[in-house]
Amino acid sequence: MSALISPVVPRTAARRLGWVLSDAWVIARSNLIHLTRNPAGMASMLLFPIVMVVMFGYVFGSAMTVAGGGDYRAFLMPGMFAQTMAVGVTTTLVVVSTQATYGVTDRFRSMPVSQSGVVLGRALADMAGSALELAVLIGCGLVVGWGWHNGPLPALAAVGLLLLLRFSLIWVGIFVGLKLKPESAGASWMLMLPLTMIANTFASPAQMPGWLGALAEWNPLSATVAACRELFGNPGWSGGSWAAQHALALAIGWPLLITAVFLPLAARTYRRLDRV
Amino acid sequence: MSHSERMNSHSILAEGLRKRYGDTYALDGFDLAVREGTVCGLLGPNGAGKTTAVRILTTLLRADGGRASVAGFDVAARPAEVRYRIGLTGQAPAVDEILTGRENLEMWGRLYHLGRRTARARAGELLDRFGLGEAADKRIKHYSGGMRRRLDLAASFILAPRVLFLDEPTTGLDPRNRDEVWQAVRTLVAAGSTVLLTTQYLDEADRLAHQIAVLDRGRIIADDSPDALKSMIGGDQIDLVLREERDLPAAAETLAAVTGAAPTVDATARRVTAPVSDRIGALTEAMHRLREAAVEVEDVALRRPTLDEVFLSITGKGAAA
Repeated sequence: MSALISPVVPRTAARRLGWVLSDAWVIARSNLIHLTRNPAGMASMLLFPIVMVVMFGYVFGSAMTVAGGGDYRAFLMPGMFAQTMAVGVTTTLVVVSTQATYGVTDRFRSMPVSQSGVVLGRALADMAGSALELAVLIGCGLVVGWGWHNGPLPALAAVGLLLLLRFSLIWVGIFVGLKLKPESAGASWMLMLPLTMIANTFASPAQMPGWLGALAEWNPLSATVAACRELFGNPGWSGGSWAAQHALALAIGWPLLITAVFLPLAARTYRRLDRV
Repeated sequence: MSHSERMNSHSILAEGLRKRYGDTYALDGFDLAVREGTVCGLLGPNGAGKTTAVRILTTLLRADGGRASVAGFDVAARPAEVRYRIGLTGQAPAVDEILTGRENLEMWGRLYHLGRRTARARAGELLDRFGLGEAADKRIKHYSGGMRRRLDLAASFILAPRVLFLDEPTTGLDPRNRDEVWQAVRTLVAAGSTVLLTTQYLDEADRLAHQIAVLDRGRIIADDSPDALKSMIGGDQIDLVLREERDLPAAAETLAAVTGAAPTVDATARRVTAPVSDRIGALTEAMHRLREAAVEVEDVALRRPTLDEVFLSITGKGAAA
């Protein structure tokens, strides 16, 4: 058997970029095939938010009052959207940690695959999965009486903010995933749930004890949720604190800050896999 | 010869590699030279540094000191060139469980930038060659351990690598699957590739390797052909297998008297072993004395020493330690 191709390492920036994009697509595609081949996993991934909507919207919701007035389920949905984006980080974490542990990452690294391509592929696949979850949840929201009231453009901007939050968490997922074993990565889900609940997701921070309310106000998730409520025209977005008043700026600022911190950390950890 | 001169004739060249974890050196002056087109078995107990050596040579890990080149390129300075010329099969098969065998190979082929059509053709070719043609469109989760390992190997063959690294490729495989992996390696070597094989199984190195390097605590302590290594501990061995375990001490005593060496006794196998210089003389004398002592012998054999015995005599401990 003879060698099929003579190896050529690309020298021009354009060819290198071509590699990055082609590698990213190949990796994203294989991850998307995973989604379609795992109907049970996909069903539970899509059903979980719906179950949460029913539980919080109807079981607890009947006993809830929205600070400032308004329908609880209309208040709840932006919280559910953002929570789903945030919990999505566990997908990144588990996949990254599993691939690093079971030699897949090593195979990538022993091949002439562009490292940016690997990461970009991971990001594309995760974003596609989360966008699908968000779409299902929006449909679910429309069924339970939620809707947008400020026109389509602010609504699209809100969707953009939600995806921006998810995007920033990809880097957290890669950074932490490279440091954890798959078993602990799986358990991170248990931690994410309370982190997404000490926020304005399900109740207004104004109704919480003072210290907890302050924590909830400054939770990056709260900024996205408050900004979405404002953009969708849903109840409960106004609040007295500085964080609540500047929700829109923070909903852009927090994800940018998270990306600015964790993207270099993730890249550095990946590059430094050759030192451990 | 200088490093660059030796690079021409050797596909793998490591000089004084060091890698430290905390206070302990995983590699402490690791030297190895493997000629093009040969198989080198890297042998050593767990923790000797085998995997660390493979990871440095395959550009996965940066050495703290020393230098190495693979397929003519420095692993630290030109990793991309090295990666185009090597294949790596690690201890755990790095295959995608959810995808089919064909999809796995096509994906890896495209990551080698083969282009869609070439990657597809190459995947089909390799599946047939590794006996996976019928299972090509089944998902990996339905594959046996041996099939996964073969698919993993097939992935390292996509570019017909100049140098193939196999890190314990048959650990945990049953004998039939092990044979299949060995056959695949022989085929690649016949086509001119160089192979570095790490293993804990001495018979594996014995069957495949032209050269055996024994690694202990981060250093190569022996490096030669299998036959030369076996000659290091002297001539042939005599094995006696007894019918009754209670006769073992008597047989050991007899063998000691005949050979003048201290025999080793394996009670569970009811076997006594000793090195011999005068093969036939020692054999007939031992059989004669044992018959007189009424010790029933079930089996007797004269043979070359195993690598296990070589390893024991070099390191002072067994390979499985």
